[in-house]
Amino acid sequence: MTKIIYNTHDNKTHTIDVQNGLTVMEGAVQNDIPGIDADCGGGMACATCHVYVDEDWVQKLPQKDDGEEDMLDMAFEPKKNSRLSCQIIVSDELDGLVVNIPSKQS
Amino acid sequence: MIKTDALIIGAGPTGLFTAHQLKLIGLDCEIVDNLDKIGGQCIELYPDKPIYDIPAVPECTGEELTNNLIDQIKPFNIKTHLGERVDEVKKDGENWFVKTNLGKTFLTPNVIIAGGVGSFEPRKFSPKECEKFENKSIFYSVKDKTIFEGKTVSIFGGGDSALDWAVELSKSSKVNLIHRRDDFRGAQATVDKVHELAKSGKINLFTKYQLTNVNGKDNLESIEIKHDNKEIKTIKTDFALGFFGLIMQLGPIADWGLNIDKKTVAVDTEKFETNQKGIYAVGDICSYPGKLKLILSGFHEGALAARACFKLARPNEKYRFEFTTSSKTIKDRLGVKSD
Repeated sequence: MTKIIYNTHDNKTHTIDVQNGLTVMEGAVQNDIPGIDADCGGGMACATCHVYVDEDWVQKLPQKDDGEEDMLDMAFEPKKNSRLSCQIIVSDELDGLVVNIPSKQS
Repeated sequence: MIKTDALIIGAGPTGLFTAHQLKLIGLDCEIVDNLDKIGGQCIELYPDKPIYDIPAVPECTGEELTNNLIDQIKPFNIKTHLGERVDEVKKDGENWFVKTNLGKTFLTPNVIIAGGVGSFEPRKFSPKECEKFENKSIFYSVKDKTIFEGKTVSIFGGGDSALDWAVELSKSSKVNLIHRRDDFRGAQATVDKVHELAKSGKINLFTKYQLTNVNGKDNLESIEIKHDNKEIKTIKTDFALGFFGLIMQLGPIADWGLNIDKKTVAVDTEKFETNQKGIYAVGDICSYPGKLKLILSGFHEGALAARACFKLARPNEKYRFEFTTSSKTIKDRLGVKSD
């Protein structure tokens, strides 16, 4: 289990133990964290699981691939620290990862 | 008004196979879909991505799956109403009265919602003020390109639609192309063309910029765009076009009196009927204990919902289960020879 910290847009912090191997998106959906729609179910096809990764963590995550960057073009208000949470796989190295959920997904 | 035994909302794989099952057991049906083409998410989201979990099909793409399903229902000549969204579903005696956004009406005892995660709608600009200019100076698709002649058009996006329109409109308009990063994801030939036109001054290229504000009274007068380094530019423009792809929205389904939780509709697992008699939900949009969002589950759900439709469409007949391998009636419906 790895601790992932989800900050929702209403300024609430949800600290969740997520099983290694799941994605940050699945951790949110399975624990009813609001603001992650994940319409396509993790297929990197919809950009509705968009999160802003805490600045301290941006460099520590595995690089995004081209497909993820392409999908982020369609996300709501993408920034430099934007990621699709379905593409971040939880592992021990990510213990304490902080992600901020945008005000909306579309 | 069109009368039919069952109306299917959604022309994705589940909707198509449900239509197949209805016709196989001798019922009529018609299909409505908001997209302008058949295939739903398979065509819109992943036409080229391989799928590995369709039973007896080791590998196929979203497009191949759709084409196979279209082939499979070809013998039935099913009427599909594309580019239309069902807006209204109302009780009318023993039937449901259904109306689309284009005013087409249906009367049917059975409505089958095979709507995926809802209808595909264009993604819009984030500043709220954009709404007041929508369909006047702000568009998310181009219906009549002549309105842009001689005007300044600011196009946002980095995919094929944005690039194609930038190239096309640069012939007779002043074009600004604005994208959030340096890389474009469109076809390489178009990307090269855009860079060429930018060099010769036919397109003003702004990369690493995003829209932050729009100004104007009745019509758009200028837009503000912000660079990654926080610098803000104000650009005079007559029109803004946004091409950010499509997003799925539940839309009017939310107003039909169904039990909806987290964008899905609760159903039973015998008929896949909702809390409203004669309205069924199948595929990704339905939920029940153990629901899996797989295409194969949608096929099963559609097959059972089709049998449930029979009771309401033919109250005085008894449904008789038959195999396609042996039933002469079914072979006649399929237009194939019996042994």
